[in-house]
Amino acid sequence: MLHLENMVLCRESQVSTLQSLFGERHHFSFPSIFIYGHTASGKTYVTQTLLRSLELPHVFVNCVECFTLRLLLEQILNKLNHLSSSEGECSTHITCEIFNDFVRLFKQITEAENLKDQTVYIVLDKAEYLRDMEANLLPGFLRLQELTDRNVTVIFLSEIVWEKFRPNTGCFEPFVLYFPDYSIGNLQKILSHDHPPEYSADFYAAYINILLGVFYTVCRDLKELRHLAVLNFPKYCEPVVKGEANERDTRKLWRNIEPHLKKAMQTVYLREISSSQWEKLQKDDTDPGQLKGIKGSVETVTRDTSSVITHNQDTKVHTKEHV
Amino acid sequence: MSSRKSKSSNLIQADYVSQVQRILRERFCHQSPHGNLFGVQVQYKHLIELLKRTAIHGESNSVLIIGPRGSGKTMLINHALKELMEVEGVSENILQVHLNGLLQINDKIALKEITRQLNLENVVGDKVFGSFAENLSFLLEALKKGDRTSSCPVIFILDEFDLFAHHKNQTLLYNLLDISQSAQTPVVIIGLTCRLDILELLEKRVKSRFSHRQIHLMNSFSFPQYLKIFKEQLSLPSIFPEKIFAEKWNENVQSLSEDRSVKEVLQKHFNVSKNLRSLHMLLILLLHFWFCLGNMLALNRVTPSHPFITAADLMEANQLCSMDSKGNIVHGLSVLEICLIIAMKHLNDIYEEEPFNFQMVYNEFQKFVQRKAHSVYNFEKPVVMKAFEHLQQLELIRPMERTSVNAQREYQLMKLLLDNTQIMNALQKYPNCPTDVRQWATSSLSWL
Repeated sequence: MLHLENMVLCRESQVSTLQSLFGERHHFSFPSIFIYGHTASGKTYVTQTLLRSLELPHVFVNCVECFTLRLLLEQILNKLNHLSSSEGECSTHITCEIFNDFVRLFKQITEAENLKDQTVYIVLDKAEYLRDMEANLLPGFLRLQELTDRNVTVIFLSEIVWEKFRPNTGCFEPFVLYFPDYSIGNLQKILSHDHPPEYSADFYAAYINILLGVFYTVCRDLKELRHLAVLNFPKYCEPVVKGEANERDTRKLWRNIEPHLKKAMQTVYLREISSSQWEKLQKDDTDPGQLKGIKGSVETVTRDTSSVITHNQDTKVHTKEHV
Repeated sequence: MSSRKSKSSNLIQADYVSQVQRILRERFCHQSPHGNLFGVQVQYKHLIELLKRTAIHGESNSVLIIGPRGSGKTMLINHALKELMEVEGVSENILQVHLNGLLQINDKIALKEITRQLNLENVVGDKVFGSFAENLSFLLEALKKGDRTSSCPVIFILDEFDLFAHHKNQTLLYNLLDISQSAQTPVVIIGLTCRLDILELLEKRVKSRFSHRQIHLMNSFSFPQYLKIFKEQLSLPSIFPEKIFAEKWNENVQSLSEDRSVKEVLQKHFNVSKNLRSLHMLLILLLHFWFCLGNMLALNRVTPSHPFITAADLMEANQLCSMDSKGNIVHGLSVLEICLIIAMKHLNDIYEEEPFNFQMVYNEFQKFVQRKAHSVYNFEKPVVMKAFEHLQQLELIRPMERTSVNAQREYQLMKLLLDNTQIMNALQKYPNCPTDVRQWATSSLSWL
């Protein structure tokens, strides 16, 4: 399991908590687990990686994809059916519209041989969307072990704290687990991990240091930082590529990249311009102020069509909220 | 030689530990019907008598079991049913129907479920019934025994009873209670609910058919009894195969329950919530800390760091149990977002919790930034807006009314969902908090 350490950086204690919660295969686990933490703190990744490497039977569903009850229930049942059927067997698509049928079909499917004596895990990602679906769904999933009388555990992953999920008359309280945010050292370690092979790790680490210095006070989201790191690295390497400086010339590299990163904060970070436009910008070395972003092109359109718009329509267009 | 011995003893130890884990996990995670009943003997007697009267003497009855979440209603009824089934001649005769308000969300589904649980699906076949009452009475007729003089008694258990009261016209409840009042078939209707005001939810005609029999489960045990429960929940049963190990384990649990710091932790827990479910949560965490993995071992076998549970494990478990979740979220915010929260805090102090909008928060933030030393926080307005929207996404601030298309986003009124103590506590723990931000948090005035 040493490779698990390498796959999941800086999350050792969470992995060990989850492992001890899962326990052994045939043991009962707590009926529902609620994992919360900031976005990009590794909840989905760690849960998925752990379940896969321990080879526990699990079903992973994203509540943003399954925005109706039927989609959600059918996806869970069909994935479970797929797990329980042997290879080569083509299983029919199961339909299910209400929670009552779901419970009944779930009991049938988990009678299968290879699912019988182990804990089955259902992972619901972006669980905050469950609150907007039918009212019996969230309390039902929290109690699924009791309702189906099977060894099943439902794991909820969300960004919002548990107190905002609790229904009015109460419910079965899940086991609440917190995934802490990454510290600056952890962020540095993780970001430096995906350095391109052409350059040395120290060179990339110095770049990450500069990037964090500019962006850390504003944003700690790992996904955003990774995106920015990838986008701006070519500009950072430019002096080295052109031969103006070598890898250790930190001051020159810093002077080259710093204004660029500041511009990035005003444009790409705010999604004012797309990342492909940003890359083109870096190649052409133009001033981003001249670039017509999404806002810019809409303004051009309104300016061009204003001659055919009457006075009343005109005021409506110009006082409407910006795109 | 000694290493081989210790290896084998380690394996034996791991085996015992796995068995202990299995037993304790089943006790805490799964509602096993073998557990003891704590403090509900009177209620239990009442219930079992009622059930016996229906099963053996053919009387119809209805009862509501009312108690807060986690007080043991389902456990009580399961125990009672188990005991009932052990009485001679009852189990062949009696039928059980388990309904749950979370699953059967309307009366049609409920009726289908009743048909299914009574195994009368092929009897009903494709018949079409005029009303709910007809359907139900047909089902119950079909249960009559061969000589048509008596029919099997049926036990209806309605979990989440208050949800059934929200169905249209409360048809299911009306019909079931009607049957329990009329002399058709002996039925007993047992409703389980957490709402004390359940009778107010029932319609007049339904309420009048209900026998007004209520069993209350009030978690009425005191702290010494709570300690006893703690000890019993952790002790191994006498049927555990390894006697010596079980004895040592139980002795350890006894000494643990007499330890002063453990008593303090349990007292705090007891003061917050008496019910056994939260105790189980604490004990699960306790098992986890006992098992704390120093390194991730291969296989599914996990070995604990020390042989028996210690008080320190309980301390750590308690700390984890009583974390402030919003404080944890604030811990992960960026410095800019923290500055916005502090600006909102100051606005709340000045304007006494009136709602604010983004522009007001931004102006307050600018007052801080424009003090000469703080130009490092001089971010562009869109960047600050993005941070504000992130706070909205995390539900730390909430709009006063739904987003309307006419108002611009910067001018929408919002409310902060954190209070001052939470903010100050979170700031204490915030890693690498810049000193000027911290000082600004304590006072919005600068005397420079």
